[in-house]
Amino acid sequence: MNESVNGVAFIILAFASIGGAVGMLTTRNIIHAAFWLLEVMVAVGGLYLLLSAEFLAVVQILIYAGAVSVLMLFVVMLTLRRREDSVRPVEVSIGGGIMAAVFGTIMYVAIARYGDRVGEMPAVVPDTAALGELLFTRWALPFEVASLVLLVALVGAVWWSREED
Amino acid sequence: MTIGPSAFLGLAAVLFTLGLYGAVARKSAVMVLMSLELMAVAVNLNMVALSRFVTPTEMTGQFFAIFTMVVSAAEIGLGLALVLAIYRQTRSIELSSIDSLKG
Repeated sequence: MNESVNGVAFIILAFASIGGAVGMLTTRNIIHAAFWLLEVMVAVGGLYLLLSAEFLAVVQILIYAGAVSVLMLFVVMLTLRRREDSVRPVEVSIGGGIMAAVFGTIMYVAIARYGDRVGEMPAVVPDTAALGELLFTRWALPFEVASLVLLVALVGAVWWSREED
Repeated sequence: MTIGPSAFLGLAAVLFTLGLYGAVARKSAVMVLMSLELMAVAVNLNMVALSRFVTPTEMTGQFFAIFTMVVSAAEIGLGLALVLAIYRQTRSIELSSIDSLKG
């Protein structure tokens, strides 16, 4: 007996995330781009729910949709002097387009050839209690290193952004 | 209709490609950082999907995704602090204005 992902929900969330990413890249207003990014993050959180990764879905909403988007908006507002500065000219890069097209083609070929080796979704559902237990036993050392990384990043960010005297 | 792993991998590849294009094409430092976040999210989606399909009990991919989130949160904090510091120096966040190392 295998589990399966709800196809309708997947298609809605896939369209929401790709549409948000396209909106982020095509909008001329940098504030709108930040809100499109927020929409992508929420849609990806929904995809995590479909994959029964409930803890990661909540963390995704908290960290990306909450903290990162607000941080982006703060920096945009701190670095704009006038409201009109947020509207930018259309930026098209041919080199970037070629690079992305080549990368996308390679990915398409790789997924078309090897993507279905993994097969069906197993019936065993990962659960959050087991995730917490593993995080503090088997992954305890990486967890501590991660907290150290965050501490150093925090101090570094304060150091860099302080007012020069 | 069944959604296999390749659907998730394909979606993540599309998101990563869009982020890659944005990181190269946009001229504002904040927009480049947003595109980097998009790429980080695409990578995370890959790992969570493969974790569900391959190791549902060990959840290795979910732990990798957690640590990727930590690193990308640190990166975005430092990146935005750097953008603020550059703004103080040059009064602009355009990448074309950061050319003091140009020969």
